Amino acid sequence: MSPETVAAPSAAVTKDPAGTDRARSRARAARNRSHLVHGSRVLLLVAVLGLWEWLARAGAVDPFHFSMPSRIWEQIRTWAVDGTAQGTLWEQIWYTLYEALLGWVIGVVAGVVLGIALGRIRFLADVLGPYIKVLNALPRIVLAPIFLIWFGLGPASKVASAVVLVFFPVFFNAFQGAREVDRNLVANSRILGARDRQVTFQVVIPSATSWIFTSLHVSFGFALIGAIVGEYIGATKGLGLLVAASQGTFNSAGVYAAMAILAVVALLAEGLLTFLEKRLFRWKPAEAGSDR
Amino acid sequence: MSTHTSPAIELRGASKAFRTPSGALHTAVRDLDLTIGRGEFVAVVGPTGCGKSTTLTLVSGLEEPTEGEVLVAGEPVRGIGDKVGFVFQQDAVFPWRTVLSNVMAGPRFRGVPKTEARERAREWLARVGLSAFEDRYPHQLSGGQRKRVALAATFVNDPEILLMDEPFSALDVQTRALMSDELLELWSGTGASVVFVTHDLEESIALADKVVVMTAGPATVKEVFEIDLPRPRRVESVRLEPRFIEIYREIWASLGEEVRITRERSAADVA
Repeated sequence: MSPETVAAPSAAVTKDPAGTDRARSRARAARNRSHLVHGSRVLLLVAVLGLWEWLARAGAVDPFHFSMPSRIWEQIRTWAVDGTAQGTLWEQIWYTLYEALLGWVIGVVAGVVLGIALGRIRFLADVLGPYIKVLNALPRIVLAPIFLIWFGLGPASKVASAVVLVFFPVFFNAFQGAREVDRNLVANSRILGARDRQVTFQVVIPSATSWIFTSLHVSFGFALIGAIVGEYIGATKGLGLLVAASQGTFNSAGVYAAMAILAVVALLAEGLLTFLEKRLFRWKPAEAGSDR
Repeated sequence: MSTHTSPAIELRGASKAFRTPSGALHTAVRDLDLTIGRGEFVAVVGPTGCGKSTTLTLVSGLEEPTEGEVLVAGEPVRGIGDKVGFVFQQDAVFPWRTVLSNVMAGPRFRGVPKTEARERAREWLARVGLSAFEDRYPHQLSGGQRKRVALAATFVNDPEILLMDEPFSALDVQTRALMSDELLELWSGTGASVVFVTHDLEESIALADKVVVMTAGPATVKEVFEIDLPRPRRVESVRLEPRFIEIYREIWASLGEEVRITRERSAADVA
């Protein structure tokens, strides 16, 4: 017994440098790969933008209709520095973001509350189920003009369109999440002494959160769509109005510029959501290949 | 009053039928008579899928019998009582709670103040040897450790009746033997009555005072065997004793027949 236990560590010691060496070279290879991936991404972007610019300058595509990167950049700069026809650029971004966020929060809260309630209370689900299906089948973006008539040109009509777009995906996910709770967990919590309320709040809602969070990612995009489309149809401020105004003056660079700004805003919001999700789901095992 | 003289659990002609998804009526348990005394450790063995687990859900109050009566401490079961603890076959710990919070869940559900619940939970975590793991989440534990959490979470409620549905069947053989010993140790101090459902005859003899053999489904009691092996027992060593092997042979003569019937039936279903 003892010779073996003595021999084993010494063997490990002699092996050790080789082991760390290998680990180091493996780490280097991984680093190189990630450099390659990032470098290729940047290269691809530069190539596409460069090709576009070149084609437009060479006259192969009509810069009046299709614009070009340098003009779009110039447009963003002008808006940022000199402001837009409706006020500063920041004010337009803030308006759109405010409408999208408010609509998103209201839609999410309503969707989660109703989804969990219908998931838990069978009677409600049986009564309301068909109506929700019908409303969901409706292309809800057509409600935007109605909201404009109801709520006017201000933010309220945009918030309303964002709410109807956000509500359904969140609702269906919360509903599904509440329905698919592990029956064992529910039985166990009942045995341990949980009342109905405790089952709902301490078992059903926590286990539905991962379902709900999946829908939050998608639905923030929907909230932006609702706000933008609402502004596009009729508004006094916002990025959607910038798009509409640019289109009205045949300013294609303006349309692209507004798009680029929107993309940045959406990506930032998505990043924030992913960060929150990571903090909230510390209890979950890390999935293989989940680091994006 | 009468609660002191009445047995811990009594099933009188209990039957349970389920409606299957295809609409047929499936009888899981038929005409079941069983009495379990206070502080008794009873193992229920039977062929797979015969309705052993249904017996437990009837006693726990998770399900109601279609016919007959189920009494706990002399009182008919109405809903889930607070005297009952249940250890499930699958993992039933809350994955979003830490180990400590999982063990605190029972007392907290029952309205015990937080500090007291934490104290009691820590005490039971120490007894199952998981004190160092109280801040971990279940996915960071091994299967055996998760089972220990489940045991602590059940025992912390001081159950008078402990229902166990093949609790160790998902564990590897060594861990299972270890957990069986730990269970006997934890139980010995509590005076709780245990109903332990398993399909493993060896496990049932090593653990129990009484082994109940069920018939092929619909389940009903076929025979009851008293296990006269002395306590305290160590699961690994008791199974080598001549008396153990004698008992094993005796019960298997009864159980083996039911297993054969079940097997022939499923073969007929396939054909």
